[in-house]
Amino acid sequence: MKATPVFPRITRLCPALPLVAALAWFAAPAAGVTAKPAATPPSATPQARIDGAVFGALQRLGIRPAVVCPDEVFVRRVYLDAIGTLPAAQEVRAFLEDRSPGKRDALIDRLLARDEFADYWAMRWCDLLRVKSEFPINLWPNAVQAYHRWIRTCVKENMPYDRFARELLTANGSNFRTPQVNFYRAVQSKTPKTLAQTVALTFMGTRVEGWPEARLAGLAAFFSQVGYKTTSEWKEEIIYFDAASTNAQMSAVFPDGTPVEFTPDQDPREVFADWLLAPRNPWFARAIANRAWAWFMGHGIVDEPDDIRPDNPPVNPELLALLEREVVMGRYDLKRLFQMILKSKTYQLSCIPGSDNPAAERNFAFYPVRRLDAEVLIDALNQITGSTEKYTSSIPEPFSFIPENQRTITLADGSISSPFLSLYGRSARDTGLASERNHDPTASQRLHLLNSSHIQRKLEQGGKLLALIRQPAAKPRDTVDALYLTILSRYPTADELATLTAYRQTVAEGWRVAQDVAWALINTAEFQYRH
Amino acid sequence: MNTHLTRRETLRRTVEGAAGLWLAGRLPLRAGAATPPARSAGSAKSVIQIWLWGGPPHLDTFDPKPEAGNDYAGPFKAVETNVPGIRICDLLPSLARQADKYALIRSMTHDSNAHETATYMVQTGHKAGERVIYPATGAVVSRFCGAEGGYTGQLPPYIALTEPLGRFDEAGFLGARYKPFATGGDPSQPKFLVEGIAAQGISDQQQRDRRELLNKLNTLPRALPQNAALRALARSEEQAYDMILGDGAKVFDLSAEKDELRERYGRNKFGQSCLMARRLVEKGVPYVTINYNGWDTHKDNFTILRRKLPELDKGLATLLQDLSERGLLASTIVWCGGEFGRTPKADFSAPWNGGRGHWGKAFSTLVAGGGFKGGQVVGATDARGEEVKERPVSPNDVIASMYALLGIGAQAGRLHPPGEEARATPAPQAGGILKELI
Repeated sequence: MKATPVFPRITRLCPALPLVAALAWFAAPAAGVTAKPAATPPSATPQARIDGAVFGALQRLGIRPAVVCPDEVFVRRVYLDAIGTLPAAQEVRAFLEDRSPGKRDALIDRLLARDEFADYWAMRWCDLLRVKSEFPINLWPNAVQAYHRWIRTCVKENMPYDRFARELLTANGSNFRTPQVNFYRAVQSKTPKTLAQTVALTFMGTRVEGWPEARLAGLAAFFSQVGYKTTSEWKEEIIYFDAASTNAQMSAVFPDGTPVEFTPDQDPREVFADWLLAPRNPWFARAIANRAWAWFMGHGIVDEPDDIRPDNPPVNPELLALLEREVVMGRYDLKRLFQMILKSKTYQLSCIPGSDNPAAERNFAFYPVRRLDAEVLIDALNQITGSTEKYTSSIPEPFSFIPENQRTITLADGSISSPFLSLYGRSARDTGLASERNHDPTASQRLHLLNSSHIQRKLEQGGKLLALIRQPAAKPRDTVDALYLTILSRYPTADELATLTAYRQTVAEGWRVAQDVAWALINTAEFQYRH
Repeated sequence: MNTHLTRRETLRRTVEGAAGLWLAGRLPLRAGAATPPARSAGSAKSVIQIWLWGGPPHLDTFDPKPEAGNDYAGPFKAVETNVPGIRICDLLPSLARQADKYALIRSMTHDSNAHETATYMVQTGHKAGERVIYPATGAVVSRFCGAEGGYTGQLPPYIALTEPLGRFDEAGFLGARYKPFATGGDPSQPKFLVEGIAAQGISDQQQRDRRELLNKLNTLPRALPQNAALRALARSEEQAYDMILGDGAKVFDLSAEKDELRERYGRNKFGQSCLMARRLVEKGVPYVTINYNGWDTHKDNFTILRRKLPELDKGLATLLQDLSERGLLASTIVWCGGEFGRTPKADFSAPWNGGRGHWGKAFSTLVAGGGFKGGQVVGATDARGEEVKERPVSPNDVIASMYALLGIGAQAGRLHPPGEEARATPAPQAGGILKELI
């Protein structure tokens, strides 16, 4: 029996504007670029004020921003950035067919309400909070599960960020029953100095290692009465305000230089939290505003995003000040902060620069391409092919056995892993530094995606992909469209269809062509990178 | 001889220079992300690490104590080696004939009985809990002796046979580029399927067809020709294809070796991994690690060892002999040991049936080649193998000695992002560098 030809001759033009077409848009005047900061009315939306700050700076620097990205680029980008999940083919189709003017804003609102939003951002918070069972962080599996569940619930319910921080900073209780106390356990040593380093890195975005000893000691004193004790339950630990601690110091110095004394019944952590979370505190809102910006825009306004210090100034002070104000005025509502960034034109710029000025990237003149997070990449491959993943943990505890069909972004524990995650630079969760998540490409990663049995098995045996490429009733062109929509979240271009037609003529079996095409598409930079 | 003096002089400078830096204290923030690799000509070019995962019992391998009685020695005896005065376990007869080629360090010691912490210490030379995670020796060697140190081979500079360690991130703060390439597969099978390099059921022609198709469909890099991230991706892809389609991957075809030699190494996963390691070192690969598991013998220690020791004996002894016959031993360090030793007094009660627990206080490590003198014993434990009684050696001392032989010295480090003094090279601790072996 002769195999059904998969690719017909091109009979109609591609209905969509593909990514490459953005190249042609390059010369067209970009919308929204002319807005000057002074011209932004005070009544403007927060996202318009963000654009005012960014485009104003670009204009002063003589940098032309990129154009706004087309819909198929936007839909893929915002799914990956906001919920760590590749859009399904039907979601892409529906969005492209939607003709309503506010469809981008509406999509952003819908995504931020999805369960995957909570999964993905719980995962990112767990990186910073070092949620891991064993070595060098030793939370132990059941404490990890409790801690992860608490963090995910906070994200899901959108707990105001100042309350989130206060709970982590001041909690007392058992690591199993009061999950927040694990904040003080997820450290490599439980000395006041290490706790101070961890608090400053997490909530102030600053690395106190470079501070003068006396200044660091002043901060460490706030954590000199954190007590730890074991119970008769295996691996249970109580974290409490230990006024009788041999380390106890009765005075401390705030990072701004103000000294403070404690009464014996006062938990110094409460005193510190009151200072940190006051609306006028210069560190707290800045750190989260800068982090959130870096999460979506690839690099911080102060970069690296957790290295805020006087000799590392923000690239756009007006923008940072604006976001800080929005954080405080919005009562530390992180979803609101995410929304205003995602809805800005700045976020929605094309990745193709409008200027070759070397300062363009750090002034946010275009969207920076970044590789998919390890977890997001493997989830995307499983979603496309309809396959699952095997995870293992070196700790033989019931909580560390994971059903194969669970998505990777929902894994609670940094100690539960797979060779793929380690190969692709998942955060080790050792230090809480943002740089622990590594997106550098390596030859081993390329070997794996190009040619490993792990990926080959998914392509050859994944039920969803097989159903898609062997569907007897489908028109061949529909199969190609479905592959492109499923993998690259767009329709193929005329050039690409011509390439595929030519490829079909060199290979005998129809479904093998489709398999090779699926293989090629997952190996494109366009698939592996956010763009 | 002139070269010898040069080497000794180099070594002296290396050690002193490094010590100076260790004392230098904190460096200013962002003084520089990466210091240039400072590598002088060392005598060693490559390392083969045989990692006995789980902690091999020192009394049943390289530090036998038959005089301590059955409670300690169990049923095993000691055997004389070809170096007078050195005895090892009698289940290692081939290694007994090669003792002139290696040195035994019998006074290894650290303070941990936990697998993760001890593995981390022995493989990095640093104590846990220093806030940053240090790279394992393989990552450090691939950093200084890999592409940045002049290695030009197509194969990755740090190869794990066949699985990665899995207990901590071998690359530590050096990042993903310095992780080991884990082959997967089993070299004792008729076809050694190296993950990513040999794909079953895909012909070379199909590989080439696919690559051409990919090039045509890969449009994003053409839209962004100047993008640094995508250029790095393209370079990685070229390196990957060099391995898939180039000659480099032929090294993994063990059928090129004579059957007689393959038998001598032992027709099992460990033995053939040793042979594989020799082939990789011949190609110039700077660091090969064989992760050999199954040494965590809490139960039935002696039964398990009757099976494992002959494997270890054939594989390691043949490796030393083969390297030596090919003139590679002088430039190849062979390093064999685990994260700790095992309880000297065996527990013969049920359910242990002659089991041994973890023992970090005293254990043994074997080093050979690359400039290490053979036929030597360093340090000693007491009559029952419980305590180190002379010349304590810490993991740091062994690692610093290897780096010295590899010419990784004074500048061997990289400032970690938070600005901590995070040098890759550990400071020698207990008894200092192994001068008696160099």
